[in-house]
Amino acid sequence: MSVIILAQPFDPWQTLAEYQQKMPHLDGKYGATAVFLGTMRDFNEGNNVSQMFLEHYSGMTEKHLEKICTQATEDYALLETLVIHRVGEINPNDPIVLVAVWSSHRKEAFEACREIMEDLKSRAPFWKKEQLNSGEDRWVEKNTKGY
Amino acid sequence: MAIQVKFFASMRDLIGDDRELDADIVQQQTLITADDVWNYCAQDKLRPANVLIAVNMDYVDGQTEVKDGDEVAFFPPVTGG
Repeated sequence: MSVIILAQPFDPWQTLAEYQQKMPHLDGKYGATAVFLGTMRDFNEGNNVSQMFLEHYSGMTEKHLEKICTQATEDYALLETLVIHRVGEINPNDPIVLVAVWSSHRKEAFEACREIMEDLKSRAPFWKKEQLNSGEDRWVEKNTKGY
Repeated sequence: MAIQVKFFASMRDLIGDDRELDADIVQQQTLITADDVWNYCAQDKLRPANVLIAVNMDYVDGQTEVKDGDEVAFFPPVTGG
């Protein structure tokens, strides 16, 4: 299980491939991998967004992401989980969050990936500040519902 | 020892920077709950209804007792992902 907070851009697919190669306990055991990748849009709530700043509560963020992954691992008998989340300055098309889970069967992989992502959205202490094309900036007040 | 108080995102804009409340102030002000810590730091500023509170990095409600050495944080609804 890994939780990584990154202040620099990352290549999600390369990172995922490298991570999986370092997990020998998956060899021959995993039948399903589910991945969610969230990227930055250039629009939100009717405005054009040019850049975003992501703040987090160092320590609490990692603690709660680890709790969320531990719970999902227990509930869905996962073989491995990986969560990567960006902080700092983010530009349109940049990956913001990667959630990957490995399990024996697809049902558990699909459901656990979704659940980790929704729990992250509602409990992990991150905050987005958007820079609009107009030059104004604003805090995002709440996340949209995922279900 | 002291109580560390942190504000994040729009709560920092509203209240100001992180601060440390020393034990003497705590005793004089009889700070005992997270609500009291907010009131002490925010003075007359109204608390937004949706503010979230953490003590030692766990979510709590405002009635939670705060002790010397604790870290108390106030922040708006989270918007990661």
